[in-house]
Amino acid sequence: MPVNDSENGMPQHDSALATALAMILELDPTLLGIVMLSLQVSLSAVLIAALLGLPLGAALALWRFPGRGVLIVALNALMGLPPVVAGLTVYLLLSRAGPLGEFGLLFSPGAMVVAQVMLVLPIIAALTRQQVEELHQEYHEQLHSLGLSRARMIPTLLWDARLGLLTVVLAGFGRASAEVGAVMIVGGNIEGVTRVMTTAIVLETSKGNLPLALGLGIVLLTLVALVNAAAHLLGETARRRLG
Amino acid sequence: MNTMLQARQHADVAALALEGTSFVHRGQPLLTDVSLRLEGCRRTLVMGPNGAGKSLLMRLAHGLLPPSRGRVRWEGAPPRQAMVFQRPVLLKRCALDNLTYALAVNGIPWRRRRRLAREALERFGLGELARRPARVLSGGEQQRLALARAWLLEPDMLFLDEPTSALDPAAIRAVEAAVDDFHRRGTRILMSTHDLHQARRLADEVIFLCDGRLLEQADAERFFSAPATPEAAAFLRGELVG
Repeated sequence: MPVNDSENGMPQHDSALATALAMILELDPTLLGIVMLSLQVSLSAVLIAALLGLPLGAALALWRFPGRGVLIVALNALMGLPPVVAGLTVYLLLSRAGPLGEFGLLFSPGAMVVAQVMLVLPIIAALTRQQVEELHQEYHEQLHSLGLSRARMIPTLLWDARLGLLTVVLAGFGRASAEVGAVMIVGGNIEGVTRVMTTAIVLETSKGNLPLALGLGIVLLTLVALVNAAAHLLGETARRRLG
Repeated sequence: MNTMLQARQHADVAALALEGTSFVHRGQPLLTDVSLRLEGCRRTLVMGPNGAGKSLLMRLAHGLLPPSRGRVRWEGAPPRQAMVFQRPVLLKRCALDNLTYALAVNGIPWRRRRRLAREALERFGLGELARRPARVLSGGEQQRLALARAWLLEPDMLFLDEPTSALDPAAIRAVEAAVDDFHRRGTRILMSTHDLHQARRLADEVIFLCDGRLLEQADAERFFSAPATPEAAAFLRGELVG
């Protein structure tokens, strides 16, 4: 028996990594398509969740009403919503027999965006609530003295909390781009239509196509690392400059 | 600088009356049955030992807090008001933008905001610092910026809550000069202080609080020469009261 069998053991993993890197560097069209769709879905979801969640969180920070405590606890709990549960819920809503079935969204990128909004919205709303409430403690007498109503305080508070809120939105993006359960259920992992990085990694790994899975894994990891590094740098410089 | 309202008659500024005003927080009476009246464009200094309720009185008078009992009432149309706090609350923007923000809130057209804000910065000696982030300015500069912001609002009545308590002598001088400027422009002043000398320098009238009660409201000259209550007399002698 030959001592060094390149078809088995470690050497194969080495070549998988090499192939993966080659695919990334050559901008392999399959890989590129999957990455672009992932970004499209997750960025859309985060944008929608931010547009809804930032004012929602700020309003929750400023107004006192019956049931507010329950709502805050529920929102905090939803931050840990398992993606598969979010996926299942959206699946039931969008399936032919479901209440929103007529739109025919199931197994489309639109459905994946809806599912990820469900995952990201609680994170953005709950963390925004915390940050804005803290800032409001500090600002409210001055803003009240200037004659601002609560509703008019919201844009000011959101703007002045912008550094912290950027981190909040990026946390939302991290959650959206890394989850697999929700997009798998409502998207169906259809090649060229709803296949994103995470679902592709699951599939390719189970098929034994390690180069593509590994390549996607590297891209995903790099993306998340870049986003976090950018957030950190931006936050640090701004904190130094704005005090 | 006539910016917002032309030809205002400061003599006509409505008097402010507190009628049997009390404030209770978690069952604790912090201000009890305070009745007083502020009129004209005088400089009224609120004095008293720590915890006497000076800051609370300012907040009730300015309308930041509702009284638990009694009333805070303007005898006429509520005038334009502004407040300067012990620790200035400045927004996370540059000095200039802090001023244009206050003008925007008050509906000043954006074309005029920048010019007015620049003028106010110059007036308070902050012209060089226009583009500096407000929150990295020194304590004295921050308080001057807060005063510049109040100046732009052209208040008929200005509330100052211990505005100099954390400042060095040069900064204190600047704040006191600003208070004089406001007064000359016809602004009624209500200012709290724990500094007797400052009160002597600035006051036309003194309100003396102790343990949440109003013990005296008197002309400054009379208050300093012949305080009517033993607590005020002891306070003026520099003894610990309350």
